[in-house]
Amino acid sequence: MRFESTHKTPAVRTEQIILFRSSNQVFAISSASVQEVRSVDSLAGAAMEIDEPAVPKVHHMLRRGERNVFVVNSAAHFGLRPSPAALIFLLRKTRVALLIDGIEKMTSMTRLQALSGAFCNEERVWYRGLTVLDQNVIPVVNPLGFLTEQELLVLDAAAGTLIEAEAASSQEMGITP
Amino acid sequence: MSWTEQYDARSCVLLRLGDRRFALAADQVSELVAPSRMFRFAHRTPEIDGVILRRGRVVPVCDVAEKLIGKRLTSRRFYLISTRRLGATADWIALPVSGDCELIQADLTPAGPSDSPYVAAWLSHNGEVIEVLNLSALTPGMEPQDSANGKPVLAEAQP
Repeated sequence: MRFESTHKTPAVRTEQIILFRSSNQVFAISSASVQEVRSVDSLAGAAMEIDEPAVPKVHHMLRRGERNVFVVNSAAHFGLRPSPAALIFLLRKTRVALLIDGIEKMTSMTRLQALSGAFCNEERVWYRGLTVLDQNVIPVVNPLGFLTEQELLVLDAAAGTLIEAEAASSQEMGITP
Repeated sequence: MSWTEQYDARSCVLLRLGDRRFALAADQVSELVAPSRMFRFAHRTPEIDGVILRRGRVVPVCDVAEKLIGKRLTSRRFYLISTRRLGATADWIALPVSGDCELIQADLTPAGPSDSPYVAAWLSHNGEVIEVLNLSALTPGMEPQDSANGKPVLAEAQP
């Protein structure tokens, strides 16, 4: 007589992730937090230049409806060497677009290890944790960790001035939106 | 009884950093391993060199030589994998060491108020007076917190 095992192996939870490159380093981001992937060229006409010295990692912004979306240079954010960026991730549930060098691949992770307590600076906000893929340790970025509330306030103020100046210049030229 | 009069026999691991020897309480030491591949990623904690993979865990590597002997180790013969308590959680950390380690039993003299914070106690071994290290004071660290609600996070987060 055979008995059914009372212990069921719990289904392994997986999360789809995108591995991307920034300045020759590989990072992971949850696919669910990426709304769109665009080439830098495709946004060239839509992006407005913004120069706010307090947030040097942001040089461009996009208008999406009534919202300002700020383009964060990932290399500058992580303190890496500047590198030629080719793609932009428009992130979900945040007003951040992330400038990256390229996509490595899409894959899934089954385990996310919390960052050790030995890491005690900005990286705690940058990353959700670390994952191991093919015997490599990959940091998994926190999509909400690219701009703080304070930085968004500063950028919104700069963007407001920029938009007003642009509207005034359009009126002077007799252009109606 | 004052701190100078208290003695406590404990197992300690002697480790070598350059020309000097230090000690760690044996119950804080997990294993001594040969250097393996170090993974580096962007972060802002200068004391951490990178991380190694050990038994499926990601273990940060912290070179304490600069603090203890004034220079970084040029050759790393082993990593001493140690555990330290951060609040309610145990945290692993790999210390590069430059020579073999030795397990000894010694009487400890607790550190005094004038000692550096990283000195937990002193021991005497073969005519040498050796500092027993306080890992929590020597290595960077904070109690893991969930930045969203301030609650401690699990050591292994779920995807």
